[in-house]
Amino acid sequence: MSSNSANSYWKSNLKIVASLLFVWFIASFGAGILFVDALDSIRFAGFKLGFWMAQQGSILVFVALILVYIRLMDKLDAQYASDNADEITAQSNSAQTQKEVNQ
Amino acid sequence: MNVQIWTYLFVFLSFSLYIGIAIWSRASSTKEFYVAGGGVPPLANGMATAADWMSAASFISMAGLISFLGRDGTFYLMGWTGGYVLLALLLAPYLRKFGKFTVPDFIGDRYYSQSARLIAVFCAVVISFVYVCGQMQGAGIVFSRFLEVRIETGVLIGMAIVFFYAVLGGMKGITYTQVAQYCVLIFAFTVPAVFISLMMTGQPIPQIGFGAELTEAYGGGYLLDRLDGMSEALGFATYTEGQRSTQDVFFITAALMFGTAGLPHVIIRFFTVPNVRDARRSAGYALIFIAILYTTAPAVAAFAKTNLINTVSNAEYTAMPEWFKKWETTKLITFDDKNGDGRIQYVGDPTVNELDVNRDIMVLANPEIADLPDWVIALVVAGALAAALSTAAGLLLVISTSVAHDMMKRSFMPDISDKKELLYARLAIFIAVIVAGYFGMYPPAYVAQVVAFAFGLAAASFFPAIVLGIFWKRMNKEGAIAGMIAGFGFTAAYIVYFRFLNPSIDNAENWLFGISPEGIGTLGTLINACVAIAVARLTPSPPVEVTEIVERIRLPGE
Repeated sequence: MSSNSANSYWKSNLKIVASLLFVWFIASFGAGILFVDALDSIRFAGFKLGFWMAQQGSILVFVALILVYIRLMDKLDAQYASDNADEITAQSNSAQTQKEVNQ
Repeated sequence: MNVQIWTYLFVFLSFSLYIGIAIWSRASSTKEFYVAGGGVPPLANGMATAADWMSAASFISMAGLISFLGRDGTFYLMGWTGGYVLLALLLAPYLRKFGKFTVPDFIGDRYYSQSARLIAVFCAVVISFVYVCGQMQGAGIVFSRFLEVRIETGVLIGMAIVFFYAVLGGMKGITYTQVAQYCVLIFAFTVPAVFISLMMTGQPIPQIGFGAELTEAYGGGYLLDRLDGMSEALGFATYTEGQRSTQDVFFITAALMFGTAGLPHVIIRFFTVPNVRDARRSAGYALIFIAILYTTAPAVAAFAKTNLINTVSNAEYTAMPEWFKKWETTKLITFDDKNGDGRIQYVGDPTVNELDVNRDIMVLANPEIADLPDWVIALVVAGALAAALSTAAGLLLVISTSVAHDMMKRSFMPDISDKKELLYARLAIFIAVIVAGYFGMYPPAYVAQVVAFAFGLAAASFFPAIVLGIFWKRMNKEGAIAGMIAGFGFTAAYIVYFRFLNPSIDNAENWLFGISPEGIGTLGTLINACVAIAVARLTPSPPVEVTEIVERIRLPGE
């Protein structure tokens, strides 16, 4: 298999993970702990916003993050599979490469 | 029908179901015993993971803890759910791609070292064992209060059931009983919450009722404002404001998150699905199923606290309802009429306060406090047992695989046959059940406290070793071993120092950077990572075969 497409797959993977973890940090440690008192000045229904983020909102964000991750990774996997398929057709004359692909 | 008969009925029905499933899903090979043959569909694995994860502590204690901690209770909520994001993004897919049976398998192969494997076995067994004793004890308390048997008898019944399906079915039996247990426990947790929410706010969804206005009968006004007002008037801390320092809450939350992602009984659940894609999916399902309970719990906490204060504050002791007397006999509620006026003074000032309510009973007593129908109370009992037994089974399996697979097969007796290994695995569960049962019956005073520390230890030992092993190719065995020893050692020493050797100085003034022993696992994690990276830089690179393993697990496919 091509190390080029493997490299770019891994890089895109890292980018996805890093950006989702950024949101994870802001929603939990940010909104629920560090800035909770500031957010508490905003109210909706019977909740103070900081308190709600700490006890409800952050959990909902976590669920959403994993669902987004599943989607993005499915897309990336499909992309990777089709990149590899292209290369296989392009190089199918070479028995040597074919053997590497099979490994 | 009274509560007692309903309880017997529900417990009997749910236990028969578990036993039925165990007989149907017997394991015949080590692969079935360790990872259920690797063919569990993601939805089922999500439910099993949720049941595996949500223990007696989540079901019985958490809402009660939150109702006494108020906003500070947040670290349990965020810590025990946020860890799943780390698990899904940083661990589960790669470990599934690696495709072995256990966490020590990964550590041993990735760090090409028997010592690393054995250190991992040691950490896994200590963490799981501490945790399983707590489950047995939880099951014992529930049995003794609701079925009115002695705690010892209760623990024995629990042991017998777990023993039956864990020994017979291994991971396969455990997985499918956990699916059933999830259904029982989530139903048992949400039904009373919906009832109470309807009663107090007219709103059927507890997550919304939590922020809604109370009905006329309860005096109107927003529930949380009312709770804040009552708490202040009685001299308790304001419910929606924090009492602990920001850095302590931060560190405890992080320790619980890293610990969640590093707990071996949760990680091995992801070895049971067919492929990487399904590992990601089942992490998503698992968190959805967990979030149903975890977003309901803070609502239950607020309802229960409001109800408790309304019922007992300044009320005649002789006019207390039946549940109050029943819990008094278990010593989980104690009343001491200090001023001799025959009324209950429930206030923040400890010199005047006359009532002591154990936090663990809030969920169990909640349906009684709210005067819900008898069958709802019985349902909660079945749910609490499901939560305790499902987690106990998952933990026992980790102990069994660690001993039979990692120690026997992979370290000391590499030539034993599959059949022999299976026999050792069953024998290991048998011994673990008996020892855990013993500690459940005669708990050393510190077991309950130690359970919370299992997270700190898991965080400080496994989490950095696994994450660095996947994301940093240069990571080598010297670094991993030094890191695990430093992280585990530091965390264990800090906890032992403050909780067991010098409990008198266990307060914020003496803590390192104001971090309590519950939160110290975060610092342990950082120490582990720093030591590991520093040592790895100074020692030789890992061999080529190992970097090839890392490259392989980073790519999609089988």
